[in-house]
Amino acid sequence: MVALTINGEHVKVPGGTSIMDAAKEVHINIPHLCYLEGLEPYGACRVCVVEVEGERRLIPSCIREVSEGMKVHTHSARVRHARRMLIELLLANHPEDCFTCERNQKCELLKLAYEICVGDVRFEGEKPSFELDETSPSIIRDPNKCVLCGRCIRVCHDVQTVRVIGFANRGPETKVVTLLENGLGNVECTNCGQCIHVCPVGAIKERSCVDEVWTALEDPKKHVVVQEAPAIRAALGEELGLPVGTLVAGKMHAALKRLGFDVVFDTNFAADLTIMEEGNELVGRITGKIKKPLPQFTSCSPGWIKFMEHFYPELMENVSTCKSPQQMFGPLSKTYYAEKTGIDPEKVVSVSVMPCTAKKFEAQRAEMTDSGYQDVDYVLTTRELARMIKEAGIDFLTLPDEPAEPLMGMYTGAATIFGATGGVMEAALRTAYKLVTGRELESLDIKPVRGMDGVKTATVDVDGLEVKVAVAHGLGNARKLLNETKAGKSPYHFIEIMACPGGCVGGGGQPYGFDMAARAIRGEVLYKEDKELTLRRSHENPSIKKVYDDFLGKPLGKKSHKLLHTKYTKREMT
Amino acid sequence: MKSEGLRHAWKPKVDGIIRELGKTRNALLPCLEAVQQEAGCIPQEAITYLRETIEVPSVDIYGVITFYGMLTTEKQGKYVIRVCDSLPCYLNGSREIIEALEDELGMNGRDTTPDGMFTLERVACLGLCDKAPAMIINEEIHGDLNAEKVRGIIGMKKKEECGWKGYY
Repeated sequence: MVALTINGEHVKVPGGTSIMDAAKEVHINIPHLCYLEGLEPYGACRVCVVEVEGERRLIPSCIREVSEGMKVHTHSARVRHARRMLIELLLANHPEDCFTCERNQKCELLKLAYEICVGDVRFEGEKPSFELDETSPSIIRDPNKCVLCGRCIRVCHDVQTVRVIGFANRGPETKVVTLLENGLGNVECTNCGQCIHVCPVGAIKERSCVDEVWTALEDPKKHVVVQEAPAIRAALGEELGLPVGTLVAGKMHAALKRLGFDVVFDTNFAADLTIMEEGNELVGRITGKIKKPLPQFTSCSPGWIKFMEHFYPELMENVSTCKSPQQMFGPLSKTYYAEKTGIDPEKVVSVSVMPCTAKKFEAQRAEMTDSGYQDVDYVLTTRELARMIKEAGIDFLTLPDEPAEPLMGMYTGAATIFGATGGVMEAALRTAYKLVTGRELESLDIKPVRGMDGVKTATVDVDGLEVKVAVAHGLGNARKLLNETKAGKSPYHFIEIMACPGGCVGGGGQPYGFDMAARAIRGEVLYKEDKELTLRRSHENPSIKKVYDDFLGKPLGKKSHKLLHTKYTKREMT
Repeated sequence: MKSEGLRHAWKPKVDGIIRELGKTRNALLPCLEAVQQEAGCIPQEAITYLRETIEVPSVDIYGVITFYGMLTTEKQGKYVIRVCDSLPCYLNGSREIIEALEDELGMNGRDTTPDGMFTLERVACLGLCDKAPAMIINEEIHGDLNAEKVRGIIGMKKKEECGWKGYY
């Protein structure tokens, strides 16, 4: 243990602790900007400087470790003065469009400027006028707002190991760029959107389609259907004034009806459908009826799929051919639903609400047109939906709970846990067990695949056959399982991969923040909903039975193959 | 893109450096210098080749290229003229030197002459403060400059080239 004093208070902390962490022991949260819990400290912004007696310079507390006898002052006049000046210098170069900025009310820079009492900005800086990076269908970068904290680079390199953004130039010319400034749409960006979560300002945001959706809703000739991913119901409330961990499935459906959607369905229905297809595919691979390699990888996370296509194309055959729930729902909305109701599919506008920025890319993939139209027309993130609800003046908190339309909106507990890491695995096992043994799995909670560990494994006894499974969330974690598989050493039958840490509850379209505790709570909300539902196995969903009886035939059948399965493309590395 | 390094003159040099320094980030800067010297710029194939061999992300390689003034992804002229723009040279009239060069070469705001012969760059201190104002042309040092001297030097270079490039 190392003994030091912080603001005159004695404190003992383990060696290697940063001054910033040690200060928490004496109830001080040192203001900071480039530091973010969950990322390697970087020491770039200098906002977290403190005074250490005997040292001439101010010390960045996020990267300096404590030492024996150190005397630290966290808010002396010199420190406060320096912090104010640093923020003033940042503000001098920052665009002054806070009113219309995406991060209005959620900007860390604005909050810091207020909290550390920046009075007026004494400097006149050069307001940059860089071109926006609008090459990606999912993410827009505005280098003019960038404060060069490097958080996006650290999350892209260290957490996701995608490594497509970095610093270029030096000194005042420094800028966050992609290779040769080709833009996110032209490099191996997976569109996961974790960079959006860590950006302290409005320099990275989703490509919004709120206006397009409003236009469709107001067009009397259009019939607008909507689906919402499992993870939305666990997070939407946060954007609308409810605490983290509030399940808002019923209010969400009610709000969508009031926004003017012609029919409100639920992606959870499609998640159950995914399990029927993917579970059968898994059983087929295990029994050898389907001549494809094991382990089978899940395919619901479009960030993971694009990552695989760039970085691990040799594992393409291992990836389930099942489309993601969003993309199973899309074609059904323009075939099955249109047929049932006699609506011209040409008039159907299929909107999805997703916790995900990569879903915007997925919806635009050329092969996602199996209905004869673009299967999913618009993808809104959780944040975009929340803004629409606010714009419409809907009093979300007092809304009644309303169900989704059962035809493509009824769901089981297996579907709702898709939103949390390990959920797809658990849901698939519940159905695969039945498919193999003809009996129902007794204990439905498969606890070893739950929770926030980066890689989780379990062995499930299916009538003497030991089915080995693994789950990874966050692409950096996924690499361990992928490299093992590539080397031919994977002992697993089935592997679930989600691009985002925490799974979809931590997706790039969710309420801002890189807070793993909040993501874990959102996950627990979904497990709770699962527990409370009467039906907890996908194959028990009456609407699923109906769609097979009335339209699809059987899982992996001809129609299923056409509408619900897909193929992948090897993509270049830049 | 799979690299086609075999066709490139820089490849043997780069391979030699990697053999010596290992497949690590340490080899990156020497490799980039070698490519710059051999090819006059760092082409995308070289970035790809380095990414594949020393396993540094392309965007990091690009970051290093843009950090150093001596490295560039744009094709440079046969003669790269680097004029010091730092304080001692500035005080001794580097503005005049730059103007004379721009005029003599007909730069019109370009970095490289249309015939690909000359590239003009303003750079930070060359360490030639005792000879301020100073410039280097490729690796050749020219100091104690004035406008007249600069015109003379450029005139000589053009003459050297006139046999096959049609100067004069």
